[in-house]
Amino acid sequence: MSLEEYKGVFIYAQQVDNKLSNIAFELLGKARELAADLDEKKVTAVLLGSGVENLADELAEYGADRVIVVDNPELKDYRTEPYTHALASVINEFKPEIMLVGATAIGRDLGPRTSARVKTGLTADCTKLEIGDFPLNPIPGQEQKHKQLLMTRPAFGGNTIATIACPNHRPQMATVRPGVMQKIAPIANAKAEVVKFDPGFERNNCYVDILKVVKEVSSVADIADAKILVSGGRGVGSKENFKLLEDLAEVLNATVSCSRAVVDSGWMPKEMQVGQTGKTVRPKVYFAIGISGAIQHVAGMEESDFIVAINKDENAPIFDVADLGIVGDLNKVVPLLTEKLKAEKAKKG
Amino acid sequence: MIMKIIVCVKQVPDTAGGVKFKPDGTLDRAGMLAIMNPDDKAGLEAALRIKDADPENVKVTAVTMGLPKAMAVLREAVAMGADEGLLITDRVLGGADTWATSSTIAGALKNMEYDLIITGRQAIDGDTAQVGPQIAEHLGIPTISYAKEISVEGKSVTVKRMFDDGYMIVKAEMPCLITALSELNEPRYMTPGGVFDSFDKAEKYTTWGRDKLDVDDSNIGLKGSPTQIAKASDKVAKGKGTVVTPDSPQEAADCIAAALLEKNII
Repeated sequence: MSLEEYKGVFIYAQQVDNKLSNIAFELLGKARELAADLDEKKVTAVLLGSGVENLADELAEYGADRVIVVDNPELKDYRTEPYTHALASVINEFKPEIMLVGATAIGRDLGPRTSARVKTGLTADCTKLEIGDFPLNPIPGQEQKHKQLLMTRPAFGGNTIATIACPNHRPQMATVRPGVMQKIAPIANAKAEVVKFDPGFERNNCYVDILKVVKEVSSVADIADAKILVSGGRGVGSKENFKLLEDLAEVLNATVSCSRAVVDSGWMPKEMQVGQTGKTVRPKVYFAIGISGAIQHVAGMEESDFIVAINKDENAPIFDVADLGIVGDLNKVVPLLTEKLKAEKAKKG
Repeated sequence: MIMKIIVCVKQVPDTAGGVKFKPDGTLDRAGMLAIMNPDDKAGLEAALRIKDADPENVKVTAVTMGLPKAMAVLREAVAMGADEGLLITDRVLGGADTWATSSTIAGALKNMEYDLIITGRQAIDGDTAQVGPQIAEHLGIPTISYAKEISVEGKSVTVKRMFDDGYMIVKAEMPCLITALSELNEPRYMTPGGVFDSFDKAEKYTTWGRDKLDVDDSNIGLKGSPTQIAKASDKVAKGKGTVVTPDSPQEAADCIAAALLEKNII
């Protein structure tokens, strides 16, 4: 295969129940940045589903120049085989240079199966993507390739960082961690070229039957969307004591989140957990209150713009990532801070 | 008919024990403490529960790929109750990415009989979650990822498949591959008799080198890996900000409020 035949940045526009997932917009934002550094500037979204064509405009508003739609009843709910067949067929037909998929519970199933089908590499759960040289520095006797996708990801539970390239296979594929890439401000009334593609669907042994679909709809706000998070850890001490954090959050128009220890103790639901096994967040301000700062927690919040930590243990690792660290008793500091902020707000009118 | 279950297990460095690299950027696994990967152990437990329900008619084989010392996870699997263990090990298989690893393991499985293959969802070293689905693709069998419950009935398997916003109950015909979440169950401990057996019965273990695998040379080892490491390093902590120990809680509150005001947060 000739690598030069593969052109353009493609993203998998994940939808569930005909509603686009946030990750689709995040990937489009990243794709626009990557395309700016490549010869082919066109960004393509691949939309798979049943009755989904009307979602193309929304993808255009978030940066898609072209939307390839595979619309078929077999794609109503996510199933590995028909989705893999659709995505792999799109790749084989349209030959993208880069194919990005969200590292969601869908993408981390669809990505590997598709990469194996089209015989290319896949880098999992990336937190940074850029265009650059591989090898990074010239090595005598080895060709240095330019304009390669360099995919950076944490491994070993966040203890290490590796940057991966896929120099001799196309497309260069990555799954991308939700909540990390930035979507663009939507461009009102933007239109994309819509291309319908039908790869044909034939039921085979790999098709599974869905007996039941259960949505565990959460009534709570998505912490990944919050501008300010007031996050509590084991140090908060009890479920009842989270009231202190809720009061602070109310003044700041913020959302309360937590560390894993809090979920394990049953004080807060799993959807509110920040960290390696919870959600990755990057709010403008992140309060880490009574959170020691285990590496798994830090992996989920270190990209926040401004981190305020309150902890009574001056040696807590959270202070290594905090922009402002306060050694003190949260039970005393937090209520006073809430009062102080109320007063400041009143002053501003 | 005996039902044959293969469980793929990986020996992983305990991430609590620190991480080391070789000069070429690949992992120095020999230098780290080793355990059975937690998701894989849950997968093994799920297989053993199927066996518990019908011990005479279910056979559980643990398969691992790695350095010769990875035999330790097969002993652990047998001590927990697996019938046998297969170690895939060969120098030429080293440095494999998920593509080459899945091609290699599939190359072994093609020479074995199976009804059900269970892998862990992901390993705590690579955290990729890719090898299970890729093995299934190489074998041309269905995958059900993110399993939280598994039940077998006749020639089909029903799985509670977790998603970010809920779950599905999914049914597949065997042969089929399932990737298991740690939340699937609480794995049993090794039994004293099992531990004794695991060391005493050499006939329970098989070791296969490259020549026993049905896979092309172009798909194994470092050379058969499409992805290549450009750079690997230990994580560098973000530059330290300001840490203050105020004299009073009021001073602490004022200090935070001042910082928020300065940043126009309020």
